[in-house]
Amino acid sequence: MSKYILKRIVMALVTLLIIIFLLFILVRIMPGNPFPSERMSDEQIANRRAEMGLDDPVLVQFFRYMKNLTKGDFGKGSSLYNGAPINTVMTTCVSNSFRIGGLAILFGTFVGLLLGICAALNRGRFLDGFCTVVSIIGVCVPSYVFLIFLQYFFSYKISFFPYFFQSSQFFFSSIIPAVSLSLLTLSTISRFTRNEMVEVMDSDYVRLAESKGMYGSTLVFRHVLRNALIPIVTVLAPLIVDLLTGALVVEKIYGINGIGKLMVDSIAGDGVDYNYVLALGILYSSLYIGIMLVVDILYGVLDPRIRVSAKGDA
Amino acid sequence: MNKNVPVTSAAEAAAYVPQPGDFAFLGDRDINTDHNFASQGYWKGVIIHFFRNKRAVVGLIIVAAILVLAILGPVMNSYGYKDIVAYTNADGKQITAGSLSPRVPFLHKLFTGDDYADSFADRTFLFGTDALGRDLWTRTWQGARISLLIAFVTIIIDMIVGMSYGLISGFFGGKIDIVMQRIVEIFNSIPRLVIVSVLAIVMAKGIGLVIVALLLTEWIGMSKIARAEMLKIKEQEYVLASRTLGAGSFHIIFKQILPNTIGPIITQVMFSIPTAIFTEAFLSFVGVGIVLPQCSIGSLIEDGFNNITTLPYQILPPIVVLALLMLGFNFIGDGLREALAPKLEDM
Repeated sequence: MSKYILKRIVMALVTLLIIIFLLFILVRIMPGNPFPSERMSDEQIANRRAEMGLDDPVLVQFFRYMKNLTKGDFGKGSSLYNGAPINTVMTTCVSNSFRIGGLAILFGTFVGLLLGICAALNRGRFLDGFCTVVSIIGVCVPSYVFLIFLQYFFSYKISFFPYFFQSSQFFFSSIIPAVSLSLLTLSTISRFTRNEMVEVMDSDYVRLAESKGMYGSTLVFRHVLRNALIPIVTVLAPLIVDLLTGALVVEKIYGINGIGKLMVDSIAGDGVDYNYVLALGILYSSLYIGIMLVVDILYGVLDPRIRVSAKGDA
Repeated sequence: MNKNVPVTSAAEAAAYVPQPGDFAFLGDRDINTDHNFASQGYWKGVIIHFFRNKRAVVGLIIVAAILVLAILGPVMNSYGYKDIVAYTNADGKQITAGSLSPRVPFLHKLFTGDDYADSFADRTFLFGTDALGRDLWTRTWQGARISLLIAFVTIIIDMIVGMSYGLISGFFGGKIDIVMQRIVEIFNSIPRLVIVSVLAIVMAKGIGLVIVALLLTEWIGMSKIARAEMLKIKEQEYVLASRTLGAGSFHIIFKQILPNTIGPIITQVMFSIPTAIFTEAFLSFVGVGIVLPQCSIGSLIEDGFNNITTLPYQILPPIVVLALLMLGFNFIGDGLREALAPKLEDM
């Protein structure tokens, strides 16, 4: 087991390294001016280029960048925020995004599980139909559309929630974005939970448990839900990544100072800030690879059968 | 020849000349078909299954309706999608029909008994106009065209790039497979957004960027499905037989194995279309997709959002069209999955 985990970690690190290299090369060799401001003279631009070491060979730049990166330093932005250090800017953004994303994941998973369990226990009745409708809506409507509606009705029509995000009342003003972000998670999880539970409830060992006289919550939680959870972890992992990476329109609309908004700012403005694109790309990729790694290892812990087959493959 | 004809003489028998009526084709006369348990072709079964599924039919109708409206919608009235509806009044001033709510004059007259009180009293705007005075009916369907174009492009990408990649990787196996799967893993670990942002550095913003971004990301899911199918099938006897008879690898992959993997592949195509349409809408919303005055569903939603406090009706048409497209393609995908792999048949 530990050998398998080690192998996975090494592979993930190598993949990450290749991705960083590719991104770096792509960003550096692209034509274009990293300083789109028209107020700068040619001489000033040349100075800034020299200051940032942009005139060195690409490989030299790469090793310098990697050296700084191992110290946790992403360097400085070229045009956004007047060239402030990326680390300072990103710390606030990451904490905002992760807190809202985390809320969304918690809410979506909890309500989704609850809805799925209720639907499976009331198969064919009203709650089941309700669960189906919710999952269809969740899949068909993007999260930012939900946000627009929630914002319109609850913040504009009846001014209950703040119209834009305010960090002074963090929890209160993150309810709307978190709820709208969580809807896709909620609908996917509730549908999967329902289907898995229905399948497990028809299996022989549940029938056996029932015939032994087990009923009610013990049966549902100890036997049905536990076996139904394994496929749900599979679905949840990419959803978590999506919540952290797909939140950017929501952040833009609700004025949240998060990584998504930073990403949009760095590409959608007049110029493209190379260093931010690079830093955020690395951040996103390592998040993604990290979560996938955790999920892979978690499978092995949750279900020994998967571990065996993974070993067989390797 | 009739045996019972009496033979009168040996000479006559030897000189027998065949007659036209000696032999007759049986034709279909004696072929018995078991109509109670007639065997069906695979595709006939799929079609029957698909059309028995109410949801799938609903999905098909929705997508077909949107397709028809996207083709006919923009030409159903005289406004172009980038035309600003305006007229010059007596003082030589231009008055634009900006921000009108949906209006159909004769219905208005029917229910209220009055005409509209402004200068565009006789014009019909089914979805109203946007802030600049462009007809939203035309723009919505023009935007739907873009979404359907994206759907079409996705099919092409999935079917050509993803499918070939997966099939080839699975078929050859060994080192080729390892290298190709590492490449997939690397591509898969770069979030779509990062790819788009790197592209935004290189390319001009517009529909081209969206398509290239889809080209770089959309094939991965399909290649995985195709590879898994290939691994399932390639050990079967008919592949060995074909190889023994001297067939080349590409003949085996594309002529013989491909038709047997087509079911899961079509299903995957259907499910990747909604993702692609979402991606386009989202990129256009953010501002790296479609360029003004062109429009797509995403840019229309953005327009609507910018005016939502004053003109909330503007955001509805694009959102409804987007949601219906999602719903339609998801239903069709579900229906196809059940029809192509009918494991629930006996239920």
